[in-house]
Amino acid sequence: MTPAGSTRTGPPPEGRAGDGGAARSDAAARSAADLVARGAERAGRAGTSRRIAPLMEGRAPCRLPRERHRPATERGAGPERPDDAPPVPPGRSGTAGGPVDGDGPGRDGASRTRSGTRHGPEDDRLGQVEDLADRVGAELAGLLPATGHGDAELGRGIAQLLAFLRKRLAGDYEVDEFGFDPELTGTVLLALLRPLYRRWFRVEVRGVENIPDTGGALVVSNHAGTIALDALMVQLAVHDEHPAHRNLRPLGADLVFSTPVLGHLARKGGATLATTADAELLLSRGEAVGVWPEGFKGVGKPFSERYKLQRFGRGGFVTAALRTRTPIVPCAVVGSEETYPMLGNLPALARLLGLPYLPLTPTWPWLGPLGMVPLPSKWLIEFSEPVRTEEFGHGAQEDPMLVFDLTDQVRQNIQQTLYTLLLHRRSVFF
Amino acid sequence: MGRVVLVTGVSGHLGGRLASDLARDPAVGRVIGVDVVPPRSDPSGIEFVRTDLRTTGIAKVIRRCGADTVAHLNVITNPARAGGRVPMKELNVLGTMQLLAACQRSGSVGRFVVRSSAVVYGCGPRNPAVFREDTGPSPAPVSGWGRDMIEVEGYVRDLSRRRSDIEVALLRMAPVVGPVISNSFTDYFRLPVLPTPLGFDARLQFLHEQDALRALRTAVLGPCTGAINIAGDGVIMLSQAARLAGRPVVPVPRIASPLLRRLVPRGLETDLSTEQMRLLSFGSVLDTTRMRREMRFEPLHTTRGAFEDFVLGRQLPGAGMIRERNRPRTGPPDRGLPRIGGAACGEAG
Repeated sequence: MTPAGSTRTGPPPEGRAGDGGAARSDAAARSAADLVARGAERAGRAGTSRRIAPLMEGRAPCRLPRERHRPATERGAGPERPDDAPPVPPGRSGTAGGPVDGDGPGRDGASRTRSGTRHGPEDDRLGQVEDLADRVGAELAGLLPATGHGDAELGRGIAQLLAFLRKRLAGDYEVDEFGFDPELTGTVLLALLRPLYRRWFRVEVRGVENIPDTGGALVVSNHAGTIALDALMVQLAVHDEHPAHRNLRPLGADLVFSTPVLGHLARKGGATLATTADAELLLSRGEAVGVWPEGFKGVGKPFSERYKLQRFGRGGFVTAALRTRTPIVPCAVVGSEETYPMLGNLPALARLLGLPYLPLTPTWPWLGPLGMVPLPSKWLIEFSEPVRTEEFGHGAQEDPMLVFDLTDQVRQNIQQTLYTLLLHRRSVFF
Repeated sequence: MGRVVLVTGVSGHLGGRLASDLARDPAVGRVIGVDVVPPRSDPSGIEFVRTDLRTTGIAKVIRRCGADTVAHLNVITNPARAGGRVPMKELNVLGTMQLLAACQRSGSVGRFVVRSSAVVYGCGPRNPAVFREDTGPSPAPVSGWGRDMIEVEGYVRDLSRRRSDIEVALLRMAPVVGPVISNSFTDYFRLPVLPTPLGFDARLQFLHEQDALRALRTAVLGPCTGAINIAGDGVIMLSQAARLAGRPVVPVPRIASPLLRRLVPRGLETDLSTEQMRLLSFGSVLDTTRMRREMRFEPLHTTRGAFEDFVLGRQLPGAGMIRERNRPRTGPPDRGLPRIGGAACGEAG
């Protein structure tokens, strides 16, 4: 084991067995603090602990409920630790002892004095939960390799994570009528997709400024790749690359919302059902909405038909844009077709499972779960000049010919951009 | 001479409160309350008539009192409280039919207000996220309370077709919660552990009981007609509601929900029917533009505020946390430190 590992002996058992609940809760608080310090040490730098420890100390109130059983005599202020408290491991106080121990009395004082206030059982539970959050944070601090971003940033990140967890566990967050949870999306969902976006597909984005900074916009994109990874990548591209960091609100098929887990994650990520009602409501509220009019026809087309746009539905998206007078931004995605090249389909089995298709790719289902790893194709996403809809007067959505014309115009635009992007791409994977 | 208002379901919480509120209103001359059981507390200023809506007795009551406005609140939401699905359906549908028949025959009734519910929209993965009054139910609820309310609304619409001189208002309310009222939602959150549909998280919208009452009063006195959605602003997720209530959740596959019903202890009359589990899977959210524009009604509580008030009023385990959070803050976000100093001095002395 490493020297840091050898300090893991922790508090001796007799210290915990001292006097029942009080000692135990105290020990729990202390061991959490030890974990923080230890995790920081494991990060390999003495400086880490110095910077993380104060950040963790800033959260002193959360430890209070655990100490409320302490008898009053014990609460007397003083630098000496009570007898039942676990001694500080000598190895630790030698290396990072200064800052960690220096915070010790302050924290103890803080927790002791606040312990006089009454707390309900729910606070106790909250306390336990936060204790857990502390431990997780500390472990994470230890596990993360020392990055070039500096320890202060790492510490700040952990503090933010803990604050986020606390808010989530208390139910203290907002969602909109569609179920969109901006906090969860920004902190968790998009963060999980980012490695895929940056490292795996190395997405290059062009023309993202064609999406207006404010107000409604309808992003219309091609759809491919067996599973709708392209929708997620376009959403992330708009969020990360757009100067206003807009949240694109994807419109999804009803299959998405009837699937357990996927359905509510999609809603929390900002998606809603692809119906005129929802699209118009979002657009009239000035949201950027993403739509994939090819639907399952596009995403489930065989590999041989790659980059050939399918029928664009019935032009419902154009009607919605005309009615709300929002610009249509065509978007072409190259790279999605090669993530899961669909070589075959099992329509009978798909019907049995209630799915629109059941793909066979070079790796799925032959390699089992490994077949679900997408091929690392190189992606290019281009947003074109918006198609303006304000110039068409009121009631333009009632003119089917205009709707068909605009649908065709958008479709042609995306198809042309796809061909241009394909010419520019050096190879499928680079 | 003020108006004469007949309130059905006056022994229920909303009915009783509405009747006594109206009795205090200067614009209202008489309030007649109708129910099968007498109200628990004797509200002053209300003439109570004990009548079963399922019988023709109601026609006699209307004829005798000459009511000009009828507020129909006698709809039961939870089969467990009505003593089963069959009596519930009889009360809801047949009771309404008798009442409507009596109104059609009477010459005095000029306004008919029904407490309907958001359940008429149904809920499922194919529904739009936000229901407007003109959204058709897709798929329509096939059983339970939702089916009852669709039938009730259908019969009420028939009345307004046959007697175009009668103004009809249908208040489609989001689930009503509050410190006092009991319905399938408040019963659900009374369970010590909340069974939730595995892999789903519904968007829920609530209406505070106080707002429900105000809306009904506005509708009884005001000129609004047609279907109007009534709900508090904003949305909370089921998982969020469980957190706010401080209740642990047990995710259960939706297929297993019939089995689950048998596990609920007696005494906790909780509706875990398929419809309720469906609502807890997909949720329903109402568009309240008409409520604001045409009815000119503004709820006092948001969805979250209504739910928090319910948690506080019922002393659910989450109440302490909500109280803690809603306490006015004076210091910076890490408010622990300044207070600690003050408290330390106090303790030292």
